[in-house]
Amino acid sequence: MTVIVTDRGFADDDWVEGAALDLPTSTDPETLRGQLAGVTMVRVQFPSFADGRGFTLARQIRRMGYVGRLRATGPLIADQYAMARRAGFDEVEIPPDLAVRQPEPQWLARANWQAHDYQSRLRA
Amino acid sequence: MYHYNDFDEAFVRERVSQFREQVARRLDGSLSEDEFRPLRLMNGLYLQLHAYMLRVAIPYGTLNSAQLRQLAYIAERWDKGYGHFTTRQNIQFNWPQLADVPDILLALADAGMHAIQTSGNTIRNVTADHFAGAAADEIEDPRPYAELIRQWSTDHPEFQFLPRKFKIAITGAPNDRAVTKAHDIGLRMVRDANGAHGFEVIVGGGLGRTPMIGKVLRAFLPTADLLPYLEAVVSVWNLAGRRDNKYKSRIKITVHELGIEEISRQVEARFLETRAEFKGGDQAILAEIGSHFAPPAFAPRSTAAYEAARSANPAFRSFADTNLAAHRAQGYAIVTISTKAHGATPGDMTAAQMRVVADLALAYGHDEIRISHEQNVILPHVHKADLPALYLALREAGLATANVGLISDIIACPGMDYCALATARSIPIAQEIATRFDELGLEQDIGALKIKISGCINACGHHHVGHIGILGLDRAGVENYQITLGGDATETAVIGEKTGPGFAADEVVDAIERLVRAYLALRLTDDEAFVATYRRLGAAPFLDALYQREVQIHAAE
Ligand code: SF4
Repeated sequence: MTVIVTDRGFADDDWVEGAALDLPTSTDPETLRGQLAGVTMVRVQFPSFADGRGFTLARQIRRMGYVGRLRATGPLIADQYAMARRAGFDEVEIPPDLAVRQPEPQWLARANWQAHDYQSRLRA
Repeated sequence: MYHYNDFDEAFVRERVSQFREQVARRLDGSLSEDEFRPLRLMNGLYLQLHAYMLRVAIPYGTLNSAQLRQLAYIAERWDKGYGHFTTRQNIQFNWPQLADVPDILLALADAGMHAIQTSGNTIRNVTADHFAGAAADEIEDPRPYAELIRQWSTDHPEFQFLPRKFKIAITGAPNDRAVTKAHDIGLRMVRDANGAHGFEVIVGGGLGRTPMIGKVLRAFLPTADLLPYLEAVVSVWNLAGRRDNKYKSRIKITVHELGIEEISRQVEARFLETRAEFKGGDQAILAEIGSHFAPPAFAPRSTAAYEAARSANPAFRSFADTNLAAHRAQGYAIVTISTKAHGATPGDMTAAQMRVVADLALAYGHDEIRISHEQNVILPHVHKADLPALYLALREAGLATANVGLISDIIACPGMDYCALATARSIPIAQEIATRFDELGLEQDIGALKIKISGCINACGHHHVGHIGILGLDRAGVENYQITLGGDATETAVIGEKTGPGFAADEVVDAIERLVRAYLALRLTDDEAFVATYRRLGAAPFLDALYQREVQIHAAE
């Protein structure tokens, strides 16, 4: 089973099927305009940790006013947790083998993503 | 100059501890080699031919004496006693041990420095005019904007895994000394009709295997819109840039494939969104940064001693004529210290020399030092009265070579001597050319001439924009040097034209000599520079000389 990572650490997936939208990182955000009403979960599927498009996609989804759950799914590494949170994701869903190789403390080490953040100062 | 505040200080220290953990997690297997690679790169650590290489940022080329001393300390404590200044205003240490790197980064943090985003698919160290804040032709010092960009781009959550690297250069002067047209984004300070300052934004320039001169994306961007506009550009490219082929991923290709109009349309639309998110915090920070860059207290003093030394000492006069540039304050000069003594490795400086420069900056230069993309070291604010003493001290340290802007002031990338990507050596070619023309005694007579050498198609040595460019290739296991002519790195930037077949390593210096002798014979006056003669006559007579063809008799002659 995949593992859900939040600021509180690892958890099982508590999402019960509803209005979810699964998006590849290649999605053109312009095609989402007007499509997000009523959606309560958006999952952005990272094919690899090196594909940084998902971070911009998340920003654009938030800029469109989406306030529901936003999840990054795929083999992101613990070092990207702060980036994901700052870009607008609420949580990261990682495969089980990755959760073994990079256990909970490595992710919790970046739960302080609100600290040391140049962006929040510049946008104050 | 900028001094870290508590936030910056805490940030770099936190970053060092994160990297220390990352190294440990690589060693215990938590991070795979593939996963560790971008993390070490975004902290400046490369794997080279023989060893790791640490690339330290010298943001917008500005240093103080304490920082240069710290670089000297690092060179001696953890490396082989020297460092190498690069064409992107970085310094590279070629021999660190992986386990020592976190300690080196901590030593950098102690001096208000870092190696963050000097590598990897990130927004790189922002480069600037090396005469910023001193040049007589400047509209405004660009460094406060450069520091603002440094803060914005550092650890930007959206832009740590870009399609490829992204380089920004900025200048506040109409004479472009920052090669802005060969960067992913070039920013040139301009005034609008009312005299307000803004930037001409140039996009999609770059060298490498597909050299391109950047195109104007915005003719006038108000300075207050700088960050939201940059964010819009990088955001658009992060999604639109190609990730299927690393040779097509730079923004120059995106601009080429989509067209400047379409990029502009997307950027302007995104900019409306990004601009709404900046509510003034950036401008408050910019104002605070600006206070760090207040010019030093320039004092009126007599320049009689300088004039006297000029007439008494021909060597000093030659140094002054070659290595000084016009300063905005009366009685002051900008001094360029060449790292290119004839036969030396361009850009290399020993720890002992760094300490000499640091001492001199403190004694005579208002504690300011610059590193240029031409791999030289600059004392931007020296009163002419102090120049005779400065010159003597430099001479003692082997740092008084009077060759700035001349044929031996060569840009050369590390090439095969260090670089894992190299297809040929570049340093020895630079050394041989410098030595040859020194022996011929022709250097002063030749005058302004920029030779730039790269050891592979990636063009770190900027060969495309050299008046004479040299590109080292591998032809069936043999080094072969291709020559380009007529390139220009300034506000009138042009990519040099390819000549014909290349030359073997033992032929290339002779080939350059033939080109230069042809120029000396062809120029109208002693003041007509090589590139001016080339523009006036075109390539033909130079190609004749290069390939030793019989000189064609032109009808007009
Ligand atoms: S141009 Fe090529 S050889 Fe020279 S430093 Fe760049 S990658 Fe290395």
